[in-house]
Amino acid sequence: MLPDAGTAVGRRQFVQGVTAVLTGVLGALNPLATLIPSRTWAVDLHALDPEQSAALLAMVHTIAPHDGLDDAAYALVVGAIDGDAVRSEETRSQLAAGLLGLGADFAKGSEALRVQRLQTVETSPFFQSVRIKTLMVLYGNPIAWAHFGYEGEAFSKGGYLLRGFNDLKWLPEVPPAAGGPMPV
Amino acid sequence: MSRFQQNDADVVVVIGSGAGGGTMAHELTRRGLKVVMFEAGRRQTPASFSQNPGEAFGQLTWLEPRSQSGTWDPVKTSPTLPAWHCRTVGGTTVHWTAATPRLRRYEMRARTTYGDVPGTSLADWPIEYEELKRWYLVAEKRMCVTRRNGNPGMPASNNFKVMYTGARRLGYKRVHTNYLAINSRAQDGRGFCIQQGFCVQGCKTAAKWSTLYTEIPRAEATGKLDLRTECLVTRIEHDAAGKATGVVYRDAEGREQRQKARFICLAGNAIESARLLLLSESARFPHGLANSSDQVGRNYCHHLTGFVWGVFDQPVHSYRGATLAGVVEDENVHDPKRGFVGGYHLELCALDLPTLPLVGLRYGWGREFASVMDNYRNLAGMLVNGEDMPRPGNRITLSATIKDAHGLPAAHINCEEHENDIALRAHAQKQGQRIYEAAGAKRTILSATPPATHQMGTARMSRDPALGVTTPYGRTHDVPNLFISDGSVQTTAGAANPTLTIVSLVLRQADYIGREISAGRI
Repeated sequence: MLPDAGTAVGRRQFVQGVTAVLTGVLGALNPLATLIPSRTWAVDLHALDPEQSAALLAMVHTIAPHDGLDDAAYALVVGAIDGDAVRSEETRSQLAAGLLGLGADFAKGSEALRVQRLQTVETSPFFQSVRIKTLMVLYGNPIAWAHFGYEGEAFSKGGYLLRGFNDLKWLPEVPPAAGGPMPV
Repeated sequence: MSRFQQNDADVVVVIGSGAGGGTMAHELTRRGLKVVMFEAGRRQTPASFSQNPGEAFGQLTWLEPRSQSGTWDPVKTSPTLPAWHCRTVGGTTVHWTAATPRLRRYEMRARTTYGDVPGTSLADWPIEYEELKRWYLVAEKRMCVTRRNGNPGMPASNNFKVMYTGARRLGYKRVHTNYLAINSRAQDGRGFCIQQGFCVQGCKTAAKWSTLYTEIPRAEATGKLDLRTECLVTRIEHDAAGKATGVVYRDAEGREQRQKARFICLAGNAIESARLLLLSESARFPHGLANSSDQVGRNYCHHLTGFVWGVFDQPVHSYRGATLAGVVEDENVHDPKRGFVGGYHLELCALDLPTLPLVGLRYGWGREFASVMDNYRNLAGMLVNGEDMPRPGNRITLSATIKDAHGLPAAHINCEEHENDIALRAHAQKQGQRIYEAAGAKRTILSATPPATHQMGTARMSRDPALGVTTPYGRTHDVPNLFISDGSVQTTAGAANPTLTIVSLVLRQADYIGREISAGRI
């Protein structure tokens, strides 16, 4: 149901089985809620256990804290990192050690506490790889696009030529000599 | 599709299919020459271009590993991707944003104009401005550049309205929707720009000029082009007399193959062209092919870049519309009173949401970082493009640590910023901030240096064989039937986005090659 962000279930994952599940309900105001059959969502995990996934989810929230951005977008990041962990033993052990190092109270701690803990590991490969993956996955899915007001590709709709590329009205118009005519 | 024999010593080998190689293939085939063009990447079409920014990046980008060192930002901010260019048929003209300014007269006389700047290898171009301008006119016509030859300018986008308002309030005069090789009206068998804002993902309407759907199909229509995709040239071979005889390459299955050649035009992008020359070392050329000057790979220039973002109270939706459709030209002058030599353009720019945090913002996380993303709707953007100083130590070498998929040393890039580079970029980003403040920004944000999208200077032209790799026509001093046909030949960088200059120099080079063939000198 949710856009695939690298959580494709491979043969190996079936063998390993589901190790944890992240679930939630899309907010009623989320634009996607009107487009999909059910507002409930679930991301199956195949490497991380429930404690690890809770800590990772909290870490992703702390790296990119956006009030009002649906938890489903953050869960996709956790799902993508979990997918990396399934594919790579090295990633799995790096994650396990990194998450353990954040402390058992990390996931439930205040944002200030989480920030302070992450600052102590900021230069580690563990933190840097989670940070990069967060940027790549969090802002690369339609839930975030709707939240931040990014409309994505426009070719299928005829471009933005007649759909707002020049609809800004709060500044003076540009004189014709500095711009150009609408094409015909 | 034509197929020529691998032992046909009558064919011309063109390495690379971008602005330089694609244009050269067209020029040679229309003169009746048989051309085998090698492209390391696959062939896409406007229909196959992905409209998902992350996917498109993977589809088009040169992702072979590289190592790097030095003081410039990408060492820290983009360690595995120092340069962002393409590996696909059409090369970097598939993802370019199509800004086509000309170099200015003073920039082609950099050493004379700027004087002795310690720590640089500034030199004057061995070509007069008037000579290059003649070919700019031809190239601009071919590429349907806006604001030239009666082509209308692009209409003003939201993002440009912000830039224009602020720049005019600061007193800038030369502010317009840029010179772009994008159809502002239908012509050349291609439609007009529908303001998708997906220039970097490949233009699905083909309104943007790319050799993929202009020069290359025209070359194929002559029946004289044999385009070999997913074929990476790994070595240029020569005979006992020092003439190039052909190339060694890996085909799509990774098998080693050879192709004989009458002469060779190398257009692999300034990083890979230098790497290939260095990989082609031999007993006769122990430091790399055509490298008796020891200048191959040196003087690497990439332009001084950096984003400036303005956060406004009201929506801008800067991602809507042609990405680079705006420019402030006033600072593209030589005015040492600003505290540096050379000049810069401020060019309109926007990034799609997924690309913004990866390329357009300084390293960061937490609330400060997130607050920029939260303002995505209300963000206006521009990109500095300034002249960087050529330095002998800023160079491409063969990596001691990283190898490519075939086990060959990858390119290593060393880049030390000159104090002039730092001063120019600081001035340019400050002016960008002032523009947005004048337009009412409540906050401005500066980026680090993103991965380099312009590669120049690694086989520079010079009349003196001791000081440069090629003649003023891009013919290597050491190997008379080897030509360099990309941005590598630029003696200095200037502040002009390089594609128009590359195409113009290649058109001029092809004309020269035609004359040399007629005279029996090739």
